[in-house]
Parts: sequence; C-alpha cells; structure tokens
Amino acid sequence: MAGTVSTLAYVAKHRQRRSLGDPAWVRFGLIGVALLFAGLFLIVPLAAVFTEGFRNGVGAYFHAFADPDALAAIRLTFLAAGIAVPLNLVFGVAAAWAIAKFDFRGKALLISLIELPFAVSPVISGLIYVLLFGLQGWLGPYLGAGDHPWFGEWFNRQDIQIIFAVPGIVLATIFVTFPFVARELIPLMQAQGRDEELAAITLGANGWQTFSRVTVPNIKWGLFYGVVLCNARAMGEFGAVSVVSGHIRGETNTIPLHVEILYNEYNIQAAFAVASLLTLLALVTLVLKNLVEWRHRRIIEVAAAADIRQFTS
Amino acid sequence: MSIEARNISKHFGTYTALAGVSLKVESGRLTALLGPSGSGKTTLLRIIAGLEFPDAAADPAAGRVLFHGEDVSQVPAGRRGVGFVFQHYALFKHMSVFDNIAFGLTVRPGRTRPARADITRRVNELLQLVQLDRYGRRLPDQLSGGQRQRVALARALAMQPKVLLLDEPFGALDAQVRKELRRWLRQLHEQLHVTTVFVTHDQEEALELADEVVVMNQARIEQVGDPQTVYDRPASPFVIEFLGNVNRLATGEGRLHAPGQDVLYVRPHDVDIQRGHVDGHAIRARVLHVFSASNYGRVSLARADTGEHIEAEVPRYHLHELDLKQGDEVSVVFRHVRLFPRGEFTEADVRNGQLAVTRPGYTPAHGAGENI
Repeated sequence: MAGTVSTLAYVAKHRQRRSLGDPAWVRFGLIGVALLFAGLFLIVPLAAVFTEGFRNGVGAYFHAFADPDALAAIRLTFLAAGIAVPLNLVFGVAAAWAIAKFDFRGKALLISLIELPFAVSPVISGLIYVLLFGLQGWLGPYLGAGDHPWFGEWFNRQDIQIIFAVPGIVLATIFVTFPFVARELIPLMQAQGRDEELAAITLGANGWQTFSRVTVPNIKWGLFYGVVLCNARAMGEFGAVSVVSGHIRGETNTIPLHVEILYNEYNIQAAFAVASLLTLLALVTLVLKNLVEWRHRRIIEVAAAADIRQFTS
Repeated sequence: MSIEARNISKHFGTYTALAGVSLKVESGRLTALLGPSGSGKTTLLRIIAGLEFPDAAADPAAGRVLFHGEDVSQVPAGRRGVGFVFQHYALFKHMSVFDNIAFGLTVRPGRTRPARADITRRVNELLQLVQLDRYGRRLPDQLSGGQRQRVALARALAMQPKVLLLDEPFGALDAQVRKELRRWLRQLHEQLHVTTVFVTHDQEEALELADEVVVMNQARIEQVGDPQTVYDRPASPFVIEFLGNVNRLATGEGRLHAPGQDVLYVRPHDVDIQRGHVDGHAIRARVLHVFSASNYGRVSLARADTGEHIEAEVPRYHLHELDLKQGDEVSVVFRHVRLFPRGEFTEADVRNGQLAVTRPGYTPAHGAGENI
C-alpha cells in the first residue's frame, strides 16, 4: 500500500516538473539565440558607427563637423525638424482631439488619411511634391515669376522655388512625420473618454481652461513620446527628402543626405562621424522614452510615499 | 430651486432616447429617476445639466428646461449652477483630491475667484463634510470607490450649486459600501437641502432614498410619486413588475375571475398560505420549494388548476407553524392584488376574502367584487 502511494507521488512530482518548464537546453538555447540576434543586428552596428567614426582619432572625428557643408546640413536638418515637429504637434493634437472626442461623418476616412504617410513609400511621398510643385508639375508653372492672370501682381513678381530648395525639404518632412503625434494620442484620448472634460465644463471651466488643465495633463506623456518619435524621424528621414532635395551641397543637404554623399566619395571615416550624430539622436530618443516611463511610475510612487508618511506621522 | 423639463424629446440617430417627456421637481427635494437601462433616465439628467440638448433646441416650441421658472435651455452647462456627479466620477486623475475639489473655484474669472486662503478654507470644509479630511493630498487612484464618489460629490458641491445631479451614484460600488453611502447621502441632503436628482436602475435604492420617484420606461415617464405611492399604487404593469418581485397571473376561468380584467398581480408578501381547505375564496396550490434561510420564508407554489407559478413570502414563525413539505397541497389567499385590463388599470383589495374591484365609473355588482 505504502509502495503504491510513494509511486503515485513520484509520478505526480515528475509530471509536475515536466509541465512546469521546458528542458534547460531549450531555455538557454532560446536566450542565446535572442542575445546573438540582438548583438549581431543591434549592438555591433551601433558600435561600428562609433569605431569607424573615431578610426583616425578624435581630431579627424571633429574635423568632419568643421566642414562648412556638414555644418550647413546640420543647420538644415534642425531647421526642417524645427518647423515640422511643432506643426505636427498642433495638427496631431487637433486631429486626435477631433477623432477621440467627437462623432462626425467621415471620421474613419480621416483616420485612414492620417495613416497615409506610413503606408506610402517615402520615395513616393517625395515624388508627390515634385509632381505638385516641380517645374513640370501641376502647380509648378504658377510659382515662378511670370504673368499669371489668376494671381495678383505681387505674387507674379515672386520667384518661388519649392522643389530642390528648403521649402520642399520642409514639406516632405512634414508629410512623412505627420502621423506620429496623432497616432500616439488617438488611442490614449479614446480610452480616456470625454467625462473629465465634461466635468470641467460643468464646474465652469472655459474651453481653454479645460484643454490646458484637464486634457493636456492627461495626455502629456503620450504627447511627449509622440514628439520625440516625430523628431527622430524628421531628422533621420532620407527617402522623401532625397527626392525633393536635389543634393545641392551646403544648401539642400540634410544630415542623412550628407552622410550618403560622403560615403559615395569613399570618405568613410567622415561619413561615419556624421552618422554618429544621428545615432546619438537615436540613443537620446531611447533615453528620453525610458525617462518618461520612469518618471510616470515615479510620480505615483512619490504620491504613495507622501501618503504613507501622512498616515504614520 | 425647482426644475422643470417641458416636452423633451431626444433622438440619437434613429434611436429614441426621450419621447416628449415632461417633469417637475420641487425645490429642495430628493428625486430618483428610476428605470431599466435604455429607458432615457440618464439622457434626461444630462439634458437638465446642459451636457446634452433636446431635439431642435433652437425651436421655441421644442423641449425646454426651466430652473425656478426661468428658461435655461440656451444656458451652457457651466453657467447653469448645476453640480454634476458622473457615474464613474470623472475625477481629474493627475490632480490631488484637494485640487480636484478646488477646481471649480480656481477656474472662475479673476473678479469672482475667491482668494487663495478662502479656497483652501472652503476645500477643507468640504473635505470634512465628506469625511475625507486626511485624504487631501492623495491622488484619485489611491482612493477606494466610495471615497472617490465622495470626492466627486465634494467637487460638485464646491461651487455651491443650486441643483445637484447624480448619474448612477452607487452603480460602481459593492453592496456594503452602497448601503452606507446611501444612508450618508440621505443625511447630507437633510443637511444641505439642495434640490437633488439622481439616476438609478435599482428600485430598492430609489424607494429607500428618494422623496419622489420617477419611473421611466422606453423613453417615457410611467409614473411619478412618492415611494409609498409608486409601490402600493403602481400606475402600470411595467411599474408593478419593475418595483420588486411580483406574481403575474392570468384571470379568467375558475376562482380568479374578475370582469373585464386580463392580468392579476400580487406581491409575494400579500400571498397568505393556509393549511387545509378554506371556504370559497381561496385557490388551491401545491408546494414546490421552501426556502427558509433568509429573514423571510419564501415558498414556491404551483396553482392546482392552471399550474401557474406563485411565489409567497411568509414570516418565519408562520412558516414554522405551517410546517410545509414539498408536494403538500395548501390553500392560498391573496390579501391585496392589482388588476390590469388592456390599456388601463383598476385597483382591487381583498376584504374579508372578497375581491373588491374599484375603478372610476365602475360599480361592483351586488356591492362586492368577484370571489377569489
């Protein structure tokens, strides 16, 4: 009798262990593959960018940035991002607000439209602007100086160039980074619903007070995250900007385009040095993202700690 | 401040939420809007608050909302002087309890905004009123459901509203907290005497808490009256079925014959069970189940003639005396019944075993109703 019981116990125990986890070689194998993959595809390239950049020493590294063309590219990148990000911040908040808090006809269409820049290849995004504003484009012929009966004298005197110029780069950047803020905010605002805003209104708050004191604090971390991602893309965009840029050195080159030119000229070290700037941007983005998440947790913890103090004192 | 809603209709697309509803709430009363989900009660509350607008609000002939006789239909929610407590409280998650309550005071335009010290004093008073004086620095996430409910109430009261509107105030709370809060809200109302309207689908809550109950069903008001009236003299089959358990029996053949009536309602506590035969006016029934593990004994019966199901509530001592067993045959006498024909209703009491049907313009033959 006792023998039967102990056998049963043994079988049960054995089964339990088997069902609890996979064999050690499977677990370590999977972890190993994951680590190897991450190392090969993420860490090695990251390290390569910096080692190549510093290959000829610190002096050569910084020399790559002293080049006037490199400085112009950096300036233009910051300009394009500096215009595109604030505009998309405003557009994104407005679009997310409209979609999340109101019901209207064509809402589904608007959501699809916002996602469009993600669905379209960046090269095509650039081409759209060439087709629109290029010399042979739909609107191009009206932009240059000339005698167009539809427009006023002042407009006709202006020689507006969009393609192969800074405005084209800014427009292409706005287009490809349009969805970031809105996409981050729409699910967040939809989940939050309208009740808090309605509560603020019944308490006598006006539209601006409701927006600034109730809506914004509720979305600020999502908004910040959206802006950080939007900025990273705005500075790193290659395809769309490449099509509209015309690659005029010192004038219409952004950092990614400048890297390409350096690389094509076999100036590998300088190419990697400038590329490391974008890599740094990516790292800062990651740090900011983690900081945001950490801070959010921290606020709750601090509040809880203050609470405990209040009750123990 | 009295509230009047006049001829309010509201459609959402093809769905009718309110179909020409009119309601008057007297000043200082505690009124319940009671009905099943989809009856339009929350929509009516939100229209009173100014969070929704009745159909064709611009048309002067359309629905109106009046506060103290004054038309507020065009007044925005923030200026109606209404305190609104949302079903899920809608507390500002990123603000402390203190800041939540102070919000209504701090958003006032410069001239009318109280001084900082006055706001602090007022908020502290309110925290005391809702018994949360030590919780001012907490965030809403760190409070229990009942505490959040009280913060929402304090926030609404901070602007000294003339009207307090509560949407399902106890809906999200568990049973024990619900009972306590109900009692507390009643006390608070006695203390403040603010005209209060609350929405609920819980008939027990409405009957226990309110001075006046407005029973709603399918976008219309079925009955308005104090709890006693709506419970004892329900105006329609819907009201009697919605307010507590009731037996619904077909009249017609046999002993339950009432001229011109189709349906008979009797509350379980008006069903009297007696052992053996009772002369003339009782019906026979068989015992299906006896439940004695509650403050009232409940007996399930089946009518001997039609097989219809009857629930009875019997005091425990009486249940003991009866000593019922499954399958026993007993006599059943109804103490008080309601009879409804198609469309209208009459009232009937059983006096001395006689079913006395009374209805305007209806005289029971031979001075008495039909026997049961």
